[in-house]
Amino acid sequence: MATALKDFKWVGTRAVRPDGVEKVTGRAKFGADFSLPGMLIGKVLRSPHAHAKIKSINIEAARTLNGVKAIITGSDFNELPSEWVPAGEVQINFRDLSRSIMARNKVLFEGHPVAAVAATSEIIAREALALIKVEYEILPHVIDVEAAMSPDAPILHEDLFTAGVEPSPKTASNIAKRVDYSSGNIDDGFKEADVIIEKHFTTQPVHQGYIEPHATVASASEDGQCSIWTSTQGQYVVRAYCSEVLQLDISSIRVTPSEIGGGFGGKTTVYLEPLALALSKKAFRPVKMVMSREEVFRSSGPTSGSSMKIKIGARSDGTITAADVELKYQAGAFPGSPIMPGCMCALAPYNISNAKVVGYDVVVNRPKVVAYRAPGAPISEYAVECVINEIATKLNIDPLDIREKNAAKEGTRALYGPQFGAIGYIETLLAARGSNHYKSKLHENQGRGVASGFWFNIGGESCATININTDGTAELVLGNPDIGGSRASLAMIAAEALGIDYNKVHPIISDTSGLGYNFLTGGSRTTFAGGLAVNEAAEDVVRQIRERASKIWDIPEEAVTWEDGFVRPAGTNAGNFEPLSLADVAGMAAKTGGPISGHAQLNAQGAGPGFGTHICDVEVDEETGRVTILRYTVVQDVGKAIHPSYVEGQMQGGASQGIGWALNEEYIYDEEGKLQNAGFLDYRIPVASDLPMIDTIIVEVPNPRHPYGVKGVGEVPIVPPMAAVAGAIADAIGVHLTDLPMSPPRILKELNKKQ
Amino acid sequence: MIYERPNTVSEAVEILSKSHEKKSILAGGTDLLVQMRSGYYRPSHIVDIKNIPEATQIRDDGDTFLVGAGVPGAQLSEHVELIKAWPGVIEAMDLIGSTQIQGRATLGGNLCNASPAADSVPAMIAADATCIIAGPNGYREEKIENVVTAPGVSSIANNEFVVSIRLAKFKTGRADAYLRFIPRTEMDIAVVGAAVCVLIDKKGICLNAKVSLGAVAPTQVVIETAPQILIGTRLDEETLDKLAKAARASCNPIDDKRGTIEYRTSVAGVLTKRAAKIAFDRAGGA
Ligand SMILES: Cc1cc2nc3c(=O)[nH]c(=O)nc-3n(C[C@H](O)[C@H](O)[C@H](O)COP(=O)(O)OP(=O)(O)OC[C@H]3O[C@@H](n4cnc5c(N)ncnc54)[C@H](O)[C@@H]3O)c2cc1C
Repeated sequence: MATALKDFKWVGTRAVRPDGVEKVTGRAKFGADFSLPGMLIGKVLRSPHAHAKIKSINIEAARTLNGVKAIITGSDFNELPSEWVPAGEVQINFRDLSRSIMARNKVLFEGHPVAAVAATSEIIAREALALIKVEYEILPHVIDVEAAMSPDAPILHEDLFTAGVEPSPKTASNIAKRVDYSSGNIDDGFKEADVIIEKHFTTQPVHQGYIEPHATVASASEDGQCSIWTSTQGQYVVRAYCSEVLQLDISSIRVTPSEIGGGFGGKTTVYLEPLALALSKKAFRPVKMVMSREEVFRSSGPTSGSSMKIKIGARSDGTITAADVELKYQAGAFPGSPIMPGCMCALAPYNISNAKVVGYDVVVNRPKVVAYRAPGAPISEYAVECVINEIATKLNIDPLDIREKNAAKEGTRALYGPQFGAIGYIETLLAARGSNHYKSKLHENQGRGVASGFWFNIGGESCATININTDGTAELVLGNPDIGGSRASLAMIAAEALGIDYNKVHPIISDTSGLGYNFLTGGSRTTFAGGLAVNEAAEDVVRQIRERASKIWDIPEEAVTWEDGFVRPAGTNAGNFEPLSLADVAGMAAKTGGPISGHAQLNAQGAGPGFGTHICDVEVDEETGRVTILRYTVVQDVGKAIHPSYVEGQMQGGASQGIGWALNEEYIYDEEGKLQNAGFLDYRIPVASDLPMIDTIIVEVPNPRHPYGVKGVGEVPIVPPMAAVAGAIADAIGVHLTDLPMSPPRILKELNKKQ
Repeated sequence: MIYERPNTVSEAVEILSKSHEKKSILAGGTDLLVQMRSGYYRPSHIVDIKNIPEATQIRDDGDTFLVGAGVPGAQLSEHVELIKAWPGVIEAMDLIGSTQIQGRATLGGNLCNASPAADSVPAMIAADATCIIAGPNGYREEKIENVVTAPGVSSIANNEFVVSIRLAKFKTGRADAYLRFIPRTEMDIAVVGAAVCVLIDKKGICLNAKVSLGAVAPTQVVIETAPQILIGTRLDEETLDKLAKAARASCNPIDDKRGTIEYRTSVAGVLTKRAAKIAFDRAGGA
């Protein structure tokens, strides 16, 4: 067990959030709230076909329409080399990114942009779109992952040859990549097993469902300087991607993030920004672009759908002896599904000696997938957790007990390589078992399920500046858009480290010019990595304060101590001076060397892996197949909850999204590959009344590599829900479902089969 | 696009009688504005009926209630006498949308939008409601089940509009109920809707009944055999099973994103049975 943390004044309290009043009064400016004088409105013409060759695009009639100021098509973009380059934690292929935001010779999904127009009004822009004539040659398409892997499937990319197989294939296919991980010998492992369960699972792609659609304003001037205001998870990433796609100097682009109405991973890439900028570079006027909800569904990324085969064997005491996992993930129109993290996470909660995980990254005629909370992990872990629940049922072992028996702990080596440090998986199992929820009774047609989940959590590049004002207040300059409460948490860390009142710290999110590079808000990294940077910037401030005090008192710097927000002489030998507060020293800053400002820039290491265990109770209406979530508890090790309300909010939010994934969310395509439910009416995320209040139990096993013990919170809670709900349904109706979503028609069908 | 807001029924009829390409009546606008904004429909002329007293009031007509076609759901849900007389119609209307939608959505709009899945329509049909229609030749009255003729198509002519809905007053021994199936708890379109109205005597014997289904056919369905099955019974299990069977037999649904034929048919039986039980209880038959 890691060391206990000392008591804090601010960290761990439920301080008032700095962005709260702005948001509840409607003052906060989101992406679509930004406007500039002379601004044009940009609109995108999108492919009506799932897969087609573009034979010609005629923009003449649109170009001459009064009010149209610029039109772009694929021919306005440079061809980039196809190569995978590191971009923070992920790999990115800029050729594919460029092609996915604007089609070149082919359209690869319904909704694929083929042209964009900027005009003096939205009505004119729409009229112009209608005047653009595109001639298509429709090609056969493929939507389903298994169908895309079959030898006679329509091929999306003639130059795509499966990577990761020896020898390298001679013919193109839709399988972009094969990856595998293994340890021990699974054949031997299965021989040792008393029970073996092998199942096939499918999951549907699900959208991040952020309430705020993508929105951006871009403005380019004749001297090459470009500004972008946008709703994003990472202003620096927008800058980098626009610079690559449009071949511009990084220094010529300045990106300012707006308040963000949800991202969940979906705003870690660019869609509109390069288009708006390219249009503005033609018109030399600002261009605003806002997606409709329909556009969000048709052309922005969900996470992968999948087809999976899981085989797990266990001894009669519950010890897992072998696991064989095969994962096929849809990438959408371009390679790059989260198959790697899917493979790495699949078995991560367990210590299994004989294991094999194989994964495939497969392109299909759908929008390119993009990160969604713990990308890849919820899919593979759902399938594994379901099989573990079924083994528990078969062996008549409590599902928490079988997990505890096989749980990874400090020192366990994960299949993907590293050895775990101070993890808190078992602690979550124990807390779940001790909960009132787990002890409560169920009634007829009701059932209970549990499932666990793992996610890495990451660090990455973060910067922070703390400017100390002459009155002792502090300006905290941060480089990550605040999606889950990072402003509050980081201001609390600053207040703690500086020994000043939290309300005297004013956090702001900088544009790209205010700080060095910050990787985006994602990977559950912002409070962890940002917290390290803020803490270091605060230490820089403290160093300066001590230095100033030494000047004021004319004693050596080593003779000045800093404690609880005051400088003091180290002892009587050092001199007899009254302690000075931060405000006292700051008030004299001009005379003692100039403004006091602390900085930090770092690449954070030592992120703590996160584990959670969920308990779900459901009631199934046996006549309609409808599932009601009766009670739900999220237990999670977060290292340390800086702001418990926000941590609970993350846990509840992840669970809610996971419940939607489990029960109702799916994309419905017609035979032509056109999406039938591009809206929240028929793409059914849970509404508030669908869910009970979700209970939370915060477990704190501190991360020894963080001054406040932080591990990361935001992603783990979306991992367990699908299997927890499936387990609860199985408990209620005696059938283990293996296809998501577990919608009423599907459940009713199973119930009818049973009879 | 021209927007007009007539003050009387005759003014409205006059506007409607002039030839305009695409005229639309605007009641609450919760269908119309959504259709316009999505680019699905663009009227050239909008006639707002919310300034016409007969269309915006709930009036007592002696033997019946006349509910203005422009009265929003929120107002109906607070009308004590209507709730007492027609709990099923009111609960059907109340299921529409959310609090915000309830502030605008109307029975008339729900009817004239002519969606097979409209929630209040089966309930109005089961309640034997009628609508008062104004046109160039004066007023006419039509049974609700004769209004919707196909998805999105109604028997109201271009130069006519619905002024109000007529519902009978409270009667002892009579009650209605409406149930719909949606995968979520709100903000969804009915996969199946079932409305049942029963009249029973003091002993709980059914004297009359009317049952209507929504979302299981191109238009709302009246289960013709329902009175035959229910009259003379106490709505015992066996009778209700017969009713469920009849409900399933009267379904002619489609497979679409909201439900399969198989599923809709199966659930139609379940909901009909459940709604019948509720109506029977409400009528005092428990
Ligand atoms: C978020 C949301 C949720 C919804 N949920 C539901 C739901 O759960 N169940 C459901 O059934 N519906 C639902 N609807 C649809 C809609 O709210 C209802 O159909 C509502 O009753 C329509 O009434 P309205 O007064 O707003 O109609 P309007 O939009 O004003 O009119 C609808 C149509 O009828 C015509 N019309 C209106 N009044 C008259 C009249 N007096 N005479 C002749 N023609 C007329 C109009 O020209 C138009 O074509 C929902 C809509 C939204 C936006």
